[in-house]
Amino acid sequence: MVTGRRLGDRLVDVLLWSILALLAVLSLLPFLTVIARSLSSFVAVTTNQVSFWPIGFNVDNYVYLMRDNWFVNAFAVSVARVLAGVPLTLLLIVITAYPLSQDRLHMPGRTVFKIIMLVGLLFSGGLIPIYLAYKSLGLLNHFAVLVVPGALNIFLAIIIINFFRGLPQELSESAMLDGASHFDVLFRIFVPLSRPALATVALFSAVGHWNSWFDGIVFVSRQELWPLQSYLYVQVTTRNLNRMVEVERNQSRQAGVLDFAQATPEALQAAMIVLATVPIILVYPFLQRYFVTGLTLGSLKG
Amino acid sequence: MGSSAVSRTEPMIRRRSVAERRPAFGVVWGRHWMLYLMLAPAAVWLVLFHFYPLWGIAVAFLDYSPFRGVSGSPYVGLDNFRRFFDSPDAFSIIRNTIFIALAKIAMGQVAAVAFALTLNEVRVMLFRRMMQTATTLPHFISWVLIGGILIEMLSSDGVVNRGITALGGQAIRFLGSAQLFPWTLIVSETWKEFGWNAVIYLAALTAISPELYEAAGVDGAGRWARTRHISLPGITPIIVLLSCLSLGGILNAGFEQVLVFLNPMVYSTGDILDTYIYRVGLLGGELSLGAAVGLFKGVIGFLLILLSYWLADKLANYRIF
Repeated sequence: MVTGRRLGDRLVDVLLWSILALLAVLSLLPFLTVIARSLSSFVAVTTNQVSFWPIGFNVDNYVYLMRDNWFVNAFAVSVARVLAGVPLTLLLIVITAYPLSQDRLHMPGRTVFKIIMLVGLLFSGGLIPIYLAYKSLGLLNHFAVLVVPGALNIFLAIIIINFFRGLPQELSESAMLDGASHFDVLFRIFVPLSRPALATVALFSAVGHWNSWFDGIVFVSRQELWPLQSYLYVQVTTRNLNRMVEVERNQSRQAGVLDFAQATPEALQAAMIVLATVPIILVYPFLQRYFVTGLTLGSLKG
Repeated sequence: MGSSAVSRTEPMIRRRSVAERRPAFGVVWGRHWMLYLMLAPAAVWLVLFHFYPLWGIAVAFLDYSPFRGVSGSPYVGLDNFRRFFDSPDAFSIIRNTIFIALAKIAMGQVAAVAFALTLNEVRVMLFRRMMQTATTLPHFISWVLIGGILIEMLSSDGVVNRGITALGGQAIRFLGSAQLFPWTLIVSETWKEFGWNAVIYLAALTAISPELYEAAGVDGAGRWARTRHISLPGITPIIVLLSCLSLGGILNAGFEQVLVFLNPMVYSTGDILDTYIYRVGLLGGELSLGAAVGLFKGVIGFLLILLSYWLADKLANYRIF
């Protein structure tokens, strides 16, 4: 009887493991299709032969993209955006979080400031007023519009506020008795002690900047200032619209008319998507180490 | 007599509160001016990017044209709101927004909880970590990239439909059929986010005391009974909390995803408030109409966020600060 139960348990285990493995494969398969397309020959892609494995393997698409000025430029804008945006976000969050986390200090106006900040961040006048305001501030078509308006993220700020709150009070108290100022306490004691939390914030902010595209298409009309993801948005949606008229294309295909000149370069777009994903894959191991910290610090105050 | 009693006690109360509870502002300022200095950049930033734009709300009540400016455009009262709500689009847009959002929350939570409970049954750490690595990855890839991949996969001659036709089925128009489009959004969002949403449940599951499981095992509870009566109740507070908080974003309905997939064939079931504001208001140049719909969305959305935080506080004892 005992062995019978064990056997049943084993079977359940096998079943559960298979379901989980299937889900994991489903999560990754779409990425396999795009990698396969990016490495296949032009003809194999346009005639829909490629599924999960490259057909007519070559790296021409990648070579071509390296020489495509628009693509290289968009990639550089995205990199610049991360390099400028992350330090700005870290600095702004750290200096804002410190006063808001020192609950033991009597500081008139702190609660009011917190409420104003929450209302400001949660109530939005909508896209049109924001567009008009940025326009009147001269921010349209300016690199700053990509990094400055999003500099203070409420959820990342809360992670740091709560982390600062958890640091032992004696540290700052004794330092201040020795004559240290609040700036000293913040930058010489709090910041070095908060490395894991700051790393979490830096990584999430970097991923957020890399993945943003809506601000690019709304506030930037000069193509040389487009981040990579905004550039790709235009490519992807244009292709989607083309797909919607593909019924006609299919008919011409059945009639034996293959118009390569009009076919949009699917393989090239696949290579762009792969290259835009690579930076995320590179930081992903670090992200994984920190995202539980981020979650438990931010959303579940213990 | 009454008045003299009041005038005698009032200064006393005030003096005591000044002496014992509140140091004079000058003293506070002398000691903590640096704290105020540290808040100054955030204050300037808030004013510039969150409060200054609020003047633009006025556009919702004007017949605005960029050439005439705010002061030169005629005031039209609630006409822009009336125009939106009288149009046949209004009902379907609001219905689409709420339906897509609620279905995403429901399916997303069920999938994440089921996945977390299943993964929690696996005791081999390496396997667990591999499964989590694979399933959380899509969360960190933007909808533009995921959209670019899925649009190709789901097109009429994409991988999925080639598989269906190879099995003898009819090709399905996932993105071009108004009937199917919302479900394509809902299922793909669930696919992208279930692994990430499960992270928090898995963290909570590890916090459940092993003694509970042992005691249940001694009492003869099988695997299913332990999952049903220990694991699930153990994470119920977090399910409640996350469901409450997601209520605040209902009017967003996952704007970026919808904008990537939306096309003219499926406006009737796929157009949501934000895509309408962007397309008609900004791209179409109907700034006043867009601003009116945006204000409607902003006000209701803000109330929903307050409601969601209030509910989270009441039901799950959660406060954001």
